[in-house]
Amino acid sequence: MNVLEFSLLLCASSLVAGLLGALTGLGGGVVLVPLLTILFKVDIRYAVGASLVSVIATSSGAASAYVKEGFSNIRIGMFLEIATTLGALFGAAIATRVSSHAIAIVFGLVLLFSAYFSRKPRSQADRDAPPDRIATWLRLNGSFPGSTGLSKYHVQNVPLGWGLMLIAGILSGLLGIGSGAMKVLAMDQAMKIPFKVSTTTSNFMIGVTAAASAGVYLNRGYVDPGLAMPVMLGVLAGSLIGAKILVKAHPKGLRLVFSLVIVLLAIEMLYNGISGRI
Amino acid sequence: MLLPKSWTDQRIEVTVGHLLRTGVMLSAAVVLTGAGIFLYRHGTSRVDYRVFQGEPADLRSVGGILRFAAGFHGRGIIQLGLLLLIATPVARVAFSIFGFAEEKDYWYVGFTSIVFAILLYSLFASA
Repeated sequence: MNVLEFSLLLCASSLVAGLLGALTGLGGGVVLVPLLTILFKVDIRYAVGASLVSVIATSSGAASAYVKEGFSNIRIGMFLEIATTLGALFGAAIATRVSSHAIAIVFGLVLLFSAYFSRKPRSQADRDAPPDRIATWLRLNGSFPGSTGLSKYHVQNVPLGWGLMLIAGILSGLLGIGSGAMKVLAMDQAMKIPFKVSTTTSNFMIGVTAAASAGVYLNRGYVDPGLAMPVMLGVLAGSLIGAKILVKAHPKGLRLVFSLVIVLLAIEMLYNGISGRI
Repeated sequence: MLLPKSWTDQRIEVTVGHLLRTGVMLSAAVVLTGAGIFLYRHGTSRVDYRVFQGEPADLRSVGGILRFAAGFHGRGIIQLGLLLLIATPVARVAFSIFGFAEEKDYWYVGFTSIVFAILLYSLFASA
């Protein structure tokens, strides 16, 4: 395959990944690395570098649409970003030291978690909980526009949420993904932040987290322009088209199909990692 | 620059949203320009990404990328676009420091500065 054919094929595949990621709300980043390593036989380290820049593009490109809705909370985002960026630096640093088999195995497990999480029913956050001392001191509590005017929420379990964000950051730096599912889990389930606020704040944080590890990948020579170019342009175009088609509801059937694709990729990654093919 | 008297969180966010979108579109345009030059010159070369070799020094550091892009090398210009992309969230964080300072929320100026420092370290000193 020559460079032109490779670039066009990769750009088209990335466009589909970005489109499906936006339409299902699961993000395209999670399927990019398996796509590159399994289908295009790219070394996993190049794949992670290309995926990281695409994650920044989709997160930042979608941000202006999200902020207009008025759900995201920049204080929560900024405070937790200390954890995600530290984790991302650490994750990127260990990525250069561990074998590609190990990265593939961790990737497979994280994919399984993402698929499971996307099928799991959302728990109703405990809205009557009294204000938490740390959250109040940090001024994290907020309100969001609901069906009956502004509803207030009180943030809980700040240290636990911070710890989970550290892990989300490490996984992001190690695997080149946005870790959106893990971030939403930390905010929605652990910190009892309303789901809408959690997802939009998570989107805001993803770009900053990915930038922290992308710098390390760039400096260590893991970002290849020939590879990152078609992936970034394809994913960005796909996610922008996806956002245009559909702003709010995520169709259930498509979500199910995409979850199944993720499970298949997870099994493939685990198999390749364990058998030493990646 | 003329500034509104009070900066609410929501106002900062909307401005930041536009900043991010502009950064992404600008970097996509630069990457696309580089892609044109790169594919025109090297479109018929063979591809091999199976084994990791690492990028040459010119494509790794901020200074190297700027020099390489200035020479109108396709790969250098693509890398410059990617650098702009990585810098976009960094600019967002820098802007938030300023926003929190306007609100006189000095704890959050501190938190945001920590995130900013981590990002600068990653971009300039993590080789």
